Amino acid sequence: MRSRAFLASVLSHLVLLIGAVLMLAPFVWMLLTSIRPAEEVFGAVFDPIPSRFAGFENYAQALFASNVPRAMLNGAVVCLGILAVQLATALPAAYALARLRFPGRGVLFGLVLFGLTVPIQVPALPLYLALAKAGLLDTFFALMFPFFLTVFGLFLFRQFFRTYPEEILQAARLDGMGEFEIVWRLAVPAALPAIGAFSVFSIVAHWNDLYWPLIVVTSRERATPPLGILAFRDAETGGNYGALMAGAALITAPLVLAFLVARRGFVRGLTMTGLK
Amino acid sequence: MTDGESADGVRLTGIAKSFGGTRVLAGLDLAVRAGEFLTLLGPSGCGKSTLLRIIAGLERQDCGTVSIAGRPVDHLPPAERDVAMVFQSYALYPHMTVAGNLATPLEMRRLTLLERLPLIKHLSPRRARVMRGIMAEVRAVAEALRIEALLDRKPAQLSGGQRQRVALGRAMVRHPAVFLMDEPLSNLDAALRVEVRHELADLHARLGTTFIYVTHDQVEAMTMSSRIALMDQGRILQLGTPDDLYDRPASLAVARFIGSPSLTVLETVADGVGGIRLGAVRLPFGHRFAAGTRLSLGIRPEAFALPLGPEADGPALAARLVRAENLGAEWHLHVRLDLPGEPPAIVRLTAAEHEAARASGLLEDPLTLVLRARGVHLFGPDGARVEPDPAHTAVVE
Amino acid sequence: MAVSSVPFASPAPQLAARERRLALAGAAFAAPAALLLVAILLAPLIVLVLLSVTDYRLGAVAVRFVGLANYAEMFSDPVFRRAIRNTFLYVAFVLPAGVFGGLALAALVHARKRTRSLYEVIYFLPVTSTLVAMATVWQFLLHPSLGPVTPLLAALGFGRLDLLNDPDLALATLALIGLWQLLGFNMVLFLAGLSAVPRDLYEAAALDGAAGAVDRFLRVTWPMLGPTTMFVTITTTISAFKVFDTVVVLTRGGPLGATDTLLYVLYLEGFHYFRTGYAAAMTVVLLAFLCLLSLLQARLIERRVHYA
Repeated sequence: MRSRAFLASVLSHLVLLIGAVLMLAPFVWMLLTSIRPAEEVFGAVFDPIPSRFAGFENYAQALFASNVPRAMLNGAVVCLGILAVQLATALPAAYALARLRFPGRGVLFGLVLFGLTVPIQVPALPLYLALAKAGLLDTFFALMFPFFLTVFGLFLFRQFFRTYPEEILQAARLDGMGEFEIVWRLAVPAALPAIGAFSVFSIVAHWNDLYWPLIVVTSRERATPPLGILAFRDAETGGNYGALMAGAALITAPLVLAFLVARRGFVRGLTMTGLK
Repeated sequence: MTDGESADGVRLTGIAKSFGGTRVLAGLDLAVRAGEFLTLLGPSGCGKSTLLRIIAGLERQDCGTVSIAGRPVDHLPPAERDVAMVFQSYALYPHMTVAGNLATPLEMRRLTLLERLPLIKHLSPRRARVMRGIMAEVRAVAEALRIEALLDRKPAQLSGGQRQRVALGRAMVRHPAVFLMDEPLSNLDAALRVEVRHELADLHARLGTTFIYVTHDQVEAMTMSSRIALMDQGRILQLGTPDDLYDRPASLAVARFIGSPSLTVLETVADGVGGIRLGAVRLPFGHRFAAGTRLSLGIRPEAFALPLGPEADGPALAARLVRAENLGAEWHLHVRLDLPGEPPAIVRLTAAEHEAARASGLLEDPLTLVLRARGVHLFGPDGARVEPDPAHTAVVE
Repeated sequence: MAVSSVPFASPAPQLAARERRLALAGAAFAAPAALLLVAILLAPLIVLVLLSVTDYRLGAVAVRFVGLANYAEMFSDPVFRRAIRNTFLYVAFVLPAGVFGGLALAALVHARKRTRSLYEVIYFLPVTSTLVAMATVWQFLLHPSLGPVTPLLAALGFGRLDLLNDPDLALATLALIGLWQLLGFNMVLFLAGLSAVPRDLYEAAALDGAAGAVDRFLRVTWPMLGPTTMFVTITTTISAFKVFDTVVVLTRGGPLGATDTLLYVLYLEGFHYFRTGYAAAMTVVLLAFLCLLSLLQARLIERRVHYA
């Protein structure tokens, strides 16, 4: 009995370790190459450990001679802009859907449920045409606009607000609170965990998004992180893989570091959806 | 086959168990007779559930031996110990019908692994025949428990009482040597609990199998058990019939736990000549403690009487009425005794006694409370009960 | 009576006024989101359907109604058919590998006590990282002369493979990268499902005789994971269906169209060749697929996996 259990545990560790190595390999390779001198990248011999530390040159090239920092800044602007509008519109609407009776509520909620199945690729074409007509292509507004609406956020917050006790709402109304105050002073603070999880989901999705930025952005000045790394690869590295890997590391770093710091929140934010 | 009385049901010797640094069971011995309904009673955290799980084989003891029907089972996995268990949560398989739940223990025993695998199982010609036999037994058990109409339902579609019966049926279906039950009534409402209590007692009488029943509810323990093992902090405080525990508690702790409302405990001192003093009253007990020894006197609520007719000539205490509660068939008087420190006490009167006392004006302050012999217990400095000497108890100074 | 009738009569209109006020507040709260819904979802959908029956090209002056010609063309278009086939092949690999791999990993990790959270972090890392950036790393890893994978595989006796430029292997390589990114996500979902299985059930199973790993899995774990498995299956299908980033970064549909996928072809037609009407028709088909999947999900969840 005991020796069989021991064998099973050794085997399961073995499988998990091999898997872990495969999972981590790209990250390790990225970091190793980002401190590897250019001449060694093209060398015939594969020595995993760089012969000398070339991290300064590579990261300096990624930081000062490429569009990566600009792309990251753009990414932050776009993510925060999207999140701000999403929360400002979705929270009150979700409260209304959950707790207030108004004409059209059923239709609106039905559309929200339908919207859950529609990815950005579906309305992309007409939205692109409209933005082109309005002369708004290649702007921050074009990058953010399709995501101002978050049916997922509406759905999530509505479900959350439905669990809020009705008695407290009635007590607040008796105390003379208006509905607006109820939303911002009672419902929103209570929903902070859900808001946190949603924020993680939203930021990760839009930091990493490629499809829509690829369509509406043409200039370096509006590049988002994925576009920044693509441009760096295609034109700017001059074949220096070390610098390219440094750029990739920089672009991956914010989310990965945030994940390592706030592991639980991240996992919750990303797994509550499935609408990746 | 064992032949009833002479054979062991379950014998535990020196069972100890710790979780981390906490000792849950402290070297415990217990012999459960074959066919008896033994209840492990105690407050939560006393180790009773752990003990049950050790008997089942779900938990491994740190040391000690478990024997079932005369053979040690320590090395056996739960399924081979010939025990069945009813869980507090019932633990029914939610994706199976009632019939599937009842059939599972038999399928596990009578079908080979291949005959239990999805798809492949249909290849066995033997399987259909075995399953027919199993289903017949399942139906028989379901009829005995009056759940035959529910066989096609899933647990989620059943009421609490029905689920409880299915759980019971799953235990019964394989005719185990021992039934283990872990607080099986705690998820039922009060009325249903009374009903199922009767059914369990009936079932035990009908099956004649050993039942080991865990509960923290003394009413369940008192009403159903052949014997009760009262546990606290990983030890058995007393093992005995419900009468033993109530009328002859081994210790103050037992006396305090059993009985509701709880008994009144008064601190008192030995007088050196076999009696104790309660204020001006001397109670002769026939004990051998030296003068000045601190003793405790426990008085059951019904051991207090009002001086009505024949009750009038016991030792008497004066008291002040604080509050009277009407429970319908009986009254509980909360009083403060006229002793140093005014200790609180509870007096239980039948409705008739209360009516008679009110008519005779005996409920006016100060009350006179007479002590009956039955229900008054003396406990020594170590908490153990002092057996009164019958020669002296009747004598009142 | 006359006195008391006044306070008793007035609440009705007051109540109605209050309800009107609440309804007004509700409508006001919902209005911004509703407007966005019309502008970003509803109107584009209508326009999309209308476009799909025209021959519109971005910048064209004249637009002609062509009926279902776009749809007809699509199903005879070898590029689109290849894209459909590739996408389904991709899903056919990623779906079972992702679901069962995730389940197996979760089962292994769940049994670990001290190292559990370490493995959770490692396997979840690819989920949080930017796929485009990591794809450039994969490109470098798989580079036939600069990356370590080719010599490694050669040493194992596979010969010198250029995984991303071999028409027979490129799609499988993309699928493996997709799997690499997805496994941790599925594992975490299954872990949550495993933690939610009541311990009582395993104990009841042990007493019933289902003590072996196979019986425990078949009698308790697998049925209890029903809802999770359903959820994981649908989300994996949808995200595999939408494979795009790795195609753009690594193969651009090549070599020889071996990695043309639905979204990539749609992107090319709509935003490179600007055959708007045709792309709109493709989008409608895509939407139909996704709606079908969601319906399936709702139906299956209702029917099969509701225990409580």
